[in-house]
Amino acid sequence: MSAQQTETLAVTGNEAAAEAMRQINPDVVCAYPITPQTEVVQLYAQMVADGKVTSEFVTVESEHSAMSAVIGSTAAGARTMTATSSQGYALMWELLYVASSYRLPIVMTTVNRALSGPINIHCDHSDTMGGRDTGWIQLYGEDHQQAYDNCIQAVRIAESMDVRLPVTHMYDGYVISGAIGPLVMLPDEQVQEFIGPFKAVNPLLDINRPVTVGPFDGLHGWYFEHKVSQNRAMDRAFKVIQDVADEFAELSGRRYGMFEPYRLEDAQIAVVVVGSTAGTTRMVVDKLRAKGVKAGMIRTRVFRPFPHAAYAKALEHVKVVGIMDRADSFGAQGGPLFLEIRAALYDNDPRPQVLPFIYGLGGRDIFPDNIEQAFQVLQEASRENKRVSTERRYLNLRED
Amino acid sequence: MSAAEKPRWDVSDVDTWGPDRHELGATIPVAGNSVEFETGGWRSQVPVICTEKCTGCMLCYFYCPDASIIIEDGKAVGIDLEHCKGCGICARECPAKAISMKAEEKE
Repeated sequence: MSAQQTETLAVTGNEAAAEAMRQINPDVVCAYPITPQTEVVQLYAQMVADGKVTSEFVTVESEHSAMSAVIGSTAAGARTMTATSSQGYALMWELLYVASSYRLPIVMTTVNRALSGPINIHCDHSDTMGGRDTGWIQLYGEDHQQAYDNCIQAVRIAESMDVRLPVTHMYDGYVISGAIGPLVMLPDEQVQEFIGPFKAVNPLLDINRPVTVGPFDGLHGWYFEHKVSQNRAMDRAFKVIQDVADEFAELSGRRYGMFEPYRLEDAQIAVVVVGSTAGTTRMVVDKLRAKGVKAGMIRTRVFRPFPHAAYAKALEHVKVVGIMDRADSFGAQGGPLFLEIRAALYDNDPRPQVLPFIYGLGGRDIFPDNIEQAFQVLQEASRENKRVSTERRYLNLRED
Repeated sequence: MSAAEKPRWDVSDVDTWGPDRHELGATIPVAGNSVEFETGGWRSQVPVICTEKCTGCMLCYFYCPDASIIIEDGKAVGIDLEHCKGCGICARECPAKAISMKAEEKE
């Protein structure tokens, strides 16, 4: 496929991510080739076989091994990528922490799908929301274009000397991954110029300067200091993510930030949402606006690091905020995004009400009517003189 | 800067290092420094060598996981007690039964 910037292609989300990988042409791709893996690495394997890329393609026996191989390859000094989804992401678990603590600039595509059980392969955000404390930067995309744009930007963010952390970028399983949507690509050489050459730090394969990667750092060591250093890199990542987005906008004309507000300026009620449901929510916002309801929306893009100060500012004038989580945190006050935003707004004066909504688990459909119901809850709460209950509201749930 | 010019990693004040002083990802950017890590304090048993019985086969030297067997003129003459963990592999492998394990006596 040779696309010019002006040509709009019809692709699946997985094809969009695979095309971004082709243009990045990493030194190594290590991946588990069977389900729960997605089409992304299958498409990439074909590109390797067809000689469209020069990557060393390593197929491994599990997702645990995939992340292990990616860690080894990156530590050796190679730009390395992989992709995963759902149970595969879960099986990588302990290695996700290893990758971030070794400060390896790995880029991974994760297609968001439910975790077992009951067995379910459809879209929700349980996989990566569960991994929010693994020390990876998380960029959530909304559509096919963002599956491509975030993948390319992720390389620059991860490899920035101010960051050096692994980055995963996500998009919704099936809704985006398997469905066809529009994509505009940058020319191959522009992507190569944008990402630049890979710069290894203390590579294992520099035989003139031998190093030890991953040493024991026990009770009398510096584990604590290293953890603080990881968090400082997360803090520095805010600026890097924005700088990379701004530079990318100059090439593509597509602007990205920490999150994407929609009709928020004078909104009295607003919803915050992650992923493909943002498209439906915008439509509902427009419909409510036409009726004179001051409704607005934010689509979350960067979840780790979490831009709490930016949310506190963006939502300071909103009376009631509804948080739509497509993952739950069992036993917590609400879903993962709810907990973040409620905490972020705590110091606001006046303090907006923040209400939790759970939807779409295991790929349950989310219809415009369901989102309207959420806005209706917000509208009713905004008319109350006292604060309303923060119990979870479920959208499109069968009730007894 | 070539490898020869590169200054050795100076860790003399490492106890005072905060989060920003360390190498990225806890990597140790120099090699050949495991000798500085003294593992002899873990020992509960200590090998004792009878040099008269030693045939110079060197099996203890090759088996020792901590390179702690001291060889002179082709025979085992002593143990590097700063690194010997007292695992007893040398005593078990010695075909001449020239090494025995004794309880470690500490003050």
